[in-house]
Parts: sequence; C-alpha cells; structure tokens
Amino acid sequence: MTRHYTQEHEWIEVEGDQATVGITDYAQGQLGDITFVELPALGASLSKGASASVVDSVKAASDVYSPVGGTVSEVNPALEDQPELVNSDAEGEGWLWRMTLADSAELAGLMDDAAYRAFVDSL
Amino acid sequence: MSDMINDNLDEEAPETGTLPLDAWHRERGGRMVEFAGYWMPVQYAGEGGGIIAEHLWTRSHAGLFDVSHMGQLEISGEGVEAALEAVLPIDLTTLKPGRQRYSLLLDENGGVLDDLMLTNAAHHYYMVVNGATKWDDIAHLREHLPDAITLTLLDEAALLALQGPEAAQALGRLGLVPMNAGWPSVGDMTFMDSGPFLWGEVPLRVSRSGYTGEDGYEISVPAEHVAAFVEALCAHPEVRPIGLGARDSLRLEAGLPLYGHDLSPETGPVEAGLTFAINKRRKSEGGFPGAGRVLAELADGTPRQRVGLLLDGRQAAREGAAVFAENQEVGVVTSGGFSPSLERPIAMAYVDAAQSAAGTALSIEVRGKRLAATVTPLPFVPHRYHRKGAAA
Repeated sequence: MTRHYTQEHEWIEVEGDQATVGITDYAQGQLGDITFVELPALGASLSKGASASVVDSVKAASDVYSPVGGTVSEVNPALEDQPELVNSDAEGEGWLWRMTLADSAELAGLMDDAAYRAFVDSL
Repeated sequence: MSDMINDNLDEEAPETGTLPLDAWHRERGGRMVEFAGYWMPVQYAGEGGGIIAEHLWTRSHAGLFDVSHMGQLEISGEGVEAALEAVLPIDLTTLKPGRQRYSLLLDENGGVLDDLMLTNAAHHYYMVVNGATKWDDIAHLREHLPDAITLTLLDEAALLALQGPEAAQALGRLGLVPMNAGWPSVGDMTFMDSGPFLWGEVPLRVSRSGYTGEDGYEISVPAEHVAAFVEALCAHPEVRPIGLGARDSLRLEAGLPLYGHDLSPETGPVEAGLTFAINKRRKSEGGFPGAGRVLAELADGTPRQRVGLLLDGRQAAREGAAVFAENQEVGVVTSGGFSPSLERPIAMAYVDAAQSAAGTALSIEVRGKRLAATVTPLPFVPHRYHRKGAAA
C-alpha cells in the first residue's frame, strides 16, 4: 500500500486499483471541530480535482477534492453520527470514501509522505 | 480542500496591528488570525482548546475574552447630553451615573452604522464600539458632535470580557475596590451596572455586561497591566481563555446580532428587532438620525424581519445562503453555524414579514440542496444575565 498527498491536504492510500481518501491531520487541525461531513454518492464518478465532499467545521464549510479520478465504491458510514472522527483520527478511522481508480497514472503528480511533511512545514 | 487555511491568507498584510496581549495569547497556544485589523486568537491549542470546548466551558464556567480591538471612547464637554442625543436614539435623562445602555449609530436614512454601549460615567460618557468600525465611527462622531465636545480614544486601554455562570465568583476573588463611595462591589452589581474600580493600584472600569448571553463582566484595563491582570484571573480554576470562534457561536446562540453581518447600513433597527434601542421618549419626539424612517416603521412595520432559524440535520447554513418558502425566495441568512449547546445548526436571517412567525417552515439553499429550517424565537439559548430584582 502506498499513501499519497495533495497540496489541498487530502491523503489517498492505494492498493491495486482501490483507494481510500481522507483529509490530513494537519487539515483537521486547521479546520477545528468538525460537525458534519457530506459524502459523495455511491457509484458517483469523480474526476481528479473535482469537489467530492464537504467538511463542515464550526467556523466554515470546506470542499474536499478528489485526488484522482474514479468511481466511489464505499463511503465511511461512521461519519454520519460521529463526524468528530475526522478530528480524532483523520488519517485512520476518519477516512471519507473509497474509490476504484480510473487511471493510476494520475497518482504520479501527488506527494509522498516526506514531501507532504516538508510542504506543511513550509506553510 | 478549500477555504480551510483562509486564516492564513491575509498573513503579512502590513497594517495588521498587535494588541497588548498578543504575546500572552501566543504563549497560551492561541491560533492568531487577522480580525478587524489586528492579530487575535480564534481558538487555543491543547486540552480544553477548540471552539466547541471553549464554547461549552463559557456556558458552564467562566471564559476570558480579549476584545481589545474594540474602540473605547470618552466623550465629555458642555452640553454633552444634547450632543449625544442628536446622534443616538437614546434618552440620557433615564441613564443614571453608573449605568450602561445599548444604542445604535444610525445614518440619515436610518441604516445602522454601528451598535455600541454607552455608559454614564458621571463626569463623562464612556462608549464602546465595534473594532472594525471604530475609525469610521470616530470620524462620524467628530463630524456630528459640536466642537465643544471632547472625544478621546482610549488607545492605551485593553478590554476584556469575563463571561459565564462562574464569572462573578472568579472576579470576586480579585479584591476589586469601588472607587466611588457607596457604589456596588463587583458581586453586587447587576446587569448593565458600570463603575471605576481599583485592583491594587491599577484603575479599572468594570461593567456587568457582555455579548454571550451569560452573566459576566467587561473590564477595561490599562495596557501595561493587562497581562498581569489576565494571569491573576486565569490562576482561578473556573477561568480559561476563549477565542473569537467561540465568541461568535456564543453570541449567535444568544440571538445577538453581529455588526457587518446581521447589521449594516442596509438594515434598519426595526427590521433588526432592535426597537428597544430606540428609547421611549425618542420614539415620541424623534430628533435623531433616520428618525423619519424609524418612526414610520415602528408604526407600520417593515417588509422583512430578522428571525432565528433552527435547521434539521447537521449541515450548517452560512451567511449569504438564500431562504425559501416553498419555491419562493423570501430572505437571506446573515449568520449561521453549528450550535455547540444545542448540537444542531442554527442561523439568523432576514425574511419577508409574512414568513417571520415562529413555527413557519422554511428551507435554506446550501450547495445546491435545500435544508429544512423552522422560524424560532430568539435567543436560541436563554439569557442568564444577573438582572436587578431577579433571584440570584
């Protein structure tokens, strides 16, 4: 399994043509208390960079963009009652959706863990 | 993700000012954002930090807010009462020394230029205005007050708010002494009392007021002493520092309008539900800016009204969202967010008067979806002010 990151603070973990997407721990820290997550529809076709989900914090609503193109195969059912999982475990139990990749070549432009840490440190 | 780091987007705007407690907030883990021209803490890090935790702490204990961005003014001179009554819809004959009152700066059309607190400080008047509007307010007042009236910005004074059901016991332990013989102690003050005090050698102005809906105090402190004063307050277990984020969610639950959002030159006091700020004598006599419109609207009503909305579900509606009755657009949200106390989203909106009755079913458009909402009396969370004559 390989985990990639975007400059918009999403993470995507890939295994074969399946991937899990969430927002980074840095992102949840910046957003503060998360009160609602709007998830994409099962079967929805997402294109790379398209708004796929909305994370509502006490302060503001923020779009989450799909790191790559693909089809939504699962959404995190726990977030309906416990959106705060995105705060407590953004890069684990607070995952947002799973998808079948359309084109794994789209992963090429994403950051690896070290590059993302360096990117965050530069902010 | 979008919008998430907009806290940082305005960074390095060269004119952003620092307030006297800037270093103190940073040491306490305050996340500093640009607000009203100053760096201010939106929330604090660590245990007990975060908007929801800070909000709930204030509702159950005592929260300490730095509101030093607000403008503190002293107004004095021969004929000051008449001069102030010419610019505000207030009746100063009923504002006794040691008392504070909410008022409005109105333009000639009856639009709201600012909302403010005015205190009769015996030998002068003390006014607190919003931070983002203070320079415009000063220009407006200077233009409309006679030359004999002195207007002084207290820019060497910090302003704090201590809010919550345990505010009185915490402040009571600091041993503040009223400067005026016979004036009440901080514990004996009631809602909207205000007076000068000594904390040791340090002069303070303390009022029993605030903008969270809770009992509490607002305290003006000389800038050079404010760090020591907040340390003394935070030494008490009831008191924690609270950021701007919770200040906003607390005032929203309390149904209190925020200038620049729920109030603007495009809103009048009657549609805003602030008719209490037009004092009784002024309602009959007029003679304040915008009186023509305001008195007509008091008699005839307004086409729209500020209302509270309780939303179904968990998704919040924000400022600017359109409000619908069936498929007809009937208004706009001016403040909205998640209520930590009620654990559901709430909003304030201006809607057509015909749709403003409590219980009216409406919907709010958020990101292409319609969220169900019900008109609800304000405040959303009952006020707990320490009113004169009320049971303790």
